[in-house]
Amino acid sequence: MRATSIIYKRELGRYLRSPIGWIIAALMLLIAGILFQSQALPGDNLSAIVLEKFFYFATAIPMFCGVLLAFRLIAEERQNYSMILLKTSPIRDTEIVLGKFFAALTFLAIILALSIYMPLLIKVNGKITGAQIFIGYFGLFLFGAAVLSIGIFASALTSNQIVAALLGAVFVAVMMLLFVLAKRLDAPVQDVLEQVDLWWIHYQGGFMRGVLNLKDVIYYLGVTYFFLLLAVKTLEAKRWQ
Amino acid sequence: MIRATKLSKFYGGKRALGPVSFEISDGETVGFLGLNGAGKTTALRILACDLRPSSGTIEIGGVDAVADPHEVRKRVGFLPENPPLYTEMTVADYLKFAGELRGMTADQLKKRLPEVLEIVTLGEVQNDTIDTLSHGFRQRVGVAQAIIHEPKLVILDEPTRGLDPVQIVEMRNLIHDLKQSHTVLISSHILTEISQTCDRLLVLSKGAVVGEGSENDLSKEGEVRQITVTVRAPSGDDPKGQITKVLSAIAGVSKVGDAYEQGGGWSFALSTAKDCRADVSRAIVDAKLDLLKLDYARSELENTFIRLVGGADASN
Repeated sequence: MRATSIIYKRELGRYLRSPIGWIIAALMLLIAGILFQSQALPGDNLSAIVLEKFFYFATAIPMFCGVLLAFRLIAEERQNYSMILLKTSPIRDTEIVLGKFFAALTFLAIILALSIYMPLLIKVNGKITGAQIFIGYFGLFLFGAAVLSIGIFASALTSNQIVAALLGAVFVAVMMLLFVLAKRLDAPVQDVLEQVDLWWIHYQGGFMRGVLNLKDVIYYLGVTYFFLLLAVKTLEAKRWQ
Repeated sequence: MIRATKLSKFYGGKRALGPVSFEISDGETVGFLGLNGAGKTTALRILACDLRPSSGTIEIGGVDAVADPHEVRKRVGFLPENPPLYTEMTVADYLKFAGELRGMTADQLKKRLPEVLEIVTLGEVQNDTIDTLSHGFRQRVGVAQAIIHEPKLVILDEPTRGLDPVQIVEMRNLIHDLKQSHTVLISSHILTEISQTCDRLLVLSKGAVVGEGSENDLSKEGEVRQITVTVRAPSGDDPKGQITKVLSAIAGVSKVGDAYEQGGGWSFALSTAKDCRADVSRAIVDAKLDLLKLDYARSELENTFIRLVGGADASN
């Protein structure tokens, strides 16, 4: 995993030095702040409800950032011909994917951390616990990891960055709307689709409300593993094409 | 030693290479020559373990490149047609990154980096970001990343592509330096480039090896060759006639072409059945004439190439 660390450092350094990364972060935080101000704060809600609403709208951060941070990760390397340096070095495709994934996840975590002033404001003025905040952020982090893995898989499919971004957005949208489809179907397909849905059951029904379920954690880790594995297999398959 | 056996590569249903078999000894400099689409890049990418062959085996330094590509990649440095650069990085940072990917430690890099910067003469720009460099400098950075880990085998795919004449000469000199300590494989469709830098040629056409050997080996026995010679006669009323007489008397010269004045002497095109450059030079000196220039006509290698890759098809 030495190569993972080398790629991680390069990619993270690139995020931190690049204005684009910070522009994405600023935009996301601005949108989250506006939504928090306009949608979560108004009314005489209990502070726990305000926190729930914050975590509801804060989903936008990992959802959009996940796709925006991930789409270029592999597609850009192919487009710029730099991928061949990685592919002809004595490193494994798994190490390439993991290095890039963890760098993007770290940057996403930084963006999420920058939004913490909002729940802290609720805590100062209301009655919520640190655990509730932690669980909400843990959910956002896991949800973000899953979105990033889907974005990396989309990025591995094509050398065109725009196509990669669109594919990533479509995959995430489909995964987040499965519960809508589930409502129109009967059991057991309904149950399966509800459980596979990326947001409704596992985030909205758990982390967002301050409830930590092991099955939700396992679900997000499973989705992340599955799409990272698909990305690795896609890279391997490209060598045969 | 590189040994490729019945190597082939298909892109979908289309055959890009093979089946081809060839062997390359340690320390050789071999040129892969062919028209665009002949399979040169595919062959080199397979040798660099970037692509996997559809069938066949390839052994590099006794290691099976298909079964253990990881091990082979440690021994190979590859400069693809488009150098794999991260343009936002400085030259030094990029080369450190490339070295680390190849498993080099910080100490090894500290020692090796100045050596490589000197070999490719990039010392002055080592702290510049790559996106500020000219095409020629970028190409050198590409070569530097290919040799940073001191690989036994260096593969250069079209290393002079897009370079200006001065940069081409610099790249040629760089390749000559690399030949001293590496096995070097070069691909090009520029005939003179290949013939000047390589010990041996592999001529590819439509995915198959159609010729193999040195430039002389590739020329057919009995085929008429063209030699150009430029000579000055220090004295006499009819220098052109005097020189023509000397040249016509040389054994092996079947025809002396029309002369034209060039560079203070007279240039002649000689048709010969064998390589008789030594006889020509000796005869000129013995006749007390000044030999200004002697070489194969450029068309010699071109003719060989066109014949090997399929006659009229190649010249179109």
